[in-house]
Amino acid sequence: MEKELWKGNEAIAEAAIRAGCDCFFGYPITPQSEVPEYMSLHMPEHGKVFVQSESEVAAINMVYGAAGAGMRAMTSSSSPGVSLKQEGITYIAGAELPCVIVNCMRGGPGLGTIQPAQGDYFQATRGGGNGDYRTVVLAPSNVQEAVDFVQEAFDIADQYRNPVVVLADGLIGQMMEPIVWHEVPKRKLPPKDWATTGKHGRDHTNVVNSLYIDPAECDDHNHHLDAKYAEITKNEVRFEERDCDDAELVFTAYGTPARIAITAIEQLREEGYKVGLFRPITLWPFPEKPLHELAAAGHVKQFLDVEMSSSGQMIDDIRLAVEGQKPISFLGHAGGVMPTVEEMVEAAKKALKEAK
Amino acid sequence: MLIPAEQVSAHRLLIVTGHYGTGKTEFSVNLALDLAKAGEKVMLADLDIVNPYFRSRERRDLLQAAGVRVISSSQECSDADVPAIPAEVLTVLEDRSYRGILDIGGDPDGARVLARFQPKIVTEDYQMIFVSNANRPEVRTAANAISYMRCIEEVTGLKCGGIVNNTHLCGETTPEEICKGAALAEEISKETGIPLLCHTAVETLKDKLGCLNGPVYPITIQMKKPWEK
Repeated sequence: MEKELWKGNEAIAEAAIRAGCDCFFGYPITPQSEVPEYMSLHMPEHGKVFVQSESEVAAINMVYGAAGAGMRAMTSSSSPGVSLKQEGITYIAGAELPCVIVNCMRGGPGLGTIQPAQGDYFQATRGGGNGDYRTVVLAPSNVQEAVDFVQEAFDIADQYRNPVVVLADGLIGQMMEPIVWHEVPKRKLPPKDWATTGKHGRDHTNVVNSLYIDPAECDDHNHHLDAKYAEITKNEVRFEERDCDDAELVFTAYGTPARIAITAIEQLREEGYKVGLFRPITLWPFPEKPLHELAAAGHVKQFLDVEMSSSGQMIDDIRLAVEGQKPISFLGHAGGVMPTVEEMVEAAKKALKEAK
Repeated sequence: MLIPAEQVSAHRLLIVTGHYGTGKTEFSVNLALDLAKAGEKVMLADLDIVNPYFRSRERRDLLQAAGVRVISSSQECSDADVPAIPAEVLTVLEDRSYRGILDIGGDPDGARVLARFQPKIVTEDYQMIFVSNANRPEVRTAANAISYMRCIEEVTGLKCGGIVNNTHLCGETTPEEICKGAALAEEISKETGIPLLCHTAVETLKDKLGCLNGPVYPITIQMKKPWEK
């Protein structure tokens, strides 16, 4: 198939259209503004809905409404804008509706910077809104993955009736890369017989709601959600291991830092160092078991976590998975500064030296 | 046939436009560096008010070390996405001792920045260059590319005077890709009567381009991603 050169954000938008996105609601914010821009031009061509809302809060609540009516609905934003969406996301999770949320992360906290960062890991994986809920979080590390994951995200959302977050960083949204529009495997999906599209002779009325005023009922609802999250955890964990078979030091990284780590690993391998990469692709559910098993391997002496975050966020999940079997060191920058290949090489050499 | 930067165009001001993602910045940075190396007094004006990343100003140190004077939009805060143009941009238009390269943001939206300087530019010896890349889906046919070019001309009030075939796939560019792009650029040139100035190719491919008729301007990739060596 022929390769085409696409900018990450426009490719994300086109992927959503190809996945059958019916409605897109968004608000501009750098570095993701090309997503709504592309949608504004192309959704109407396909007879689909594009709305530039008055705010991020409005956008996510429009998603809530459209998803409740059984539409494939999506919104996208960047870090501060995604913060604003958190109330809507917990309502959507509580009401068990499918939707796709794309976050092209920038530096924070607050308004931060428009340059790429990864400071929203906690927000995405722990739930930035209230209550006991989870969102599936897919973390692409190149434009091809962003395209593939956005398309699959719609299916995952529909399968489990749950919000799916595609967590990219600004670099993935802004950079140009060659991609191929190959077929993304389609899932067998349950009918949306819960959608509020009119009674149509049914004996009951469909209601979309996250309010369970009776404590016992709310408790049941939470246990029901928990069972669903356990099912997702069983089925959807994804990760990549690279050069780990004999690795003494394993980099842990996702998104752009994982990409930089690959070059660092090539360089270190050329110099005779045994290093590899463990890259979580689903940040929730986190690939806890495979990482635990890798940590148990005799040849693995230690881990080096690299994130675009000042003291690390994913590192908490790395620690939970490694369970103290091996030491974990950290290299990170926040606020829009990306770790360099040289820094990673140096940090790996230092860690290996100290271990001896 | 390989040509050096100074033979790409003889005009004093080179205004680099096109659809975004076609490689305008890479082309502009290479031209600026090579012209400076050839002894010319060069100023690069990064007037990209569209993209927040991957702009010429990110290579400011490299360019300045090579003797290129760099001015950019939102100059005092180069990481911001503020569409502010410094008054200094007038230097490149008024001081005729400079060879000027104006790197413009993508699309008619990005080119709009030129409109306010149009009355000055038309009194200067300028050439507006349309950069073509056959791998960008929105400009892969001659009809679409010409439509973009005409919109840029309309927004800026300037006429396009040259076409550059800059077809690439980042690090995956092959000679076949460049030749595919040559066919598109030649078609655009034939239909509009605007001359094809050159094809571009990274140094390592320069001897594998037997398929090309026109001149090739060899470039070195400067706008690298953080994992590219």
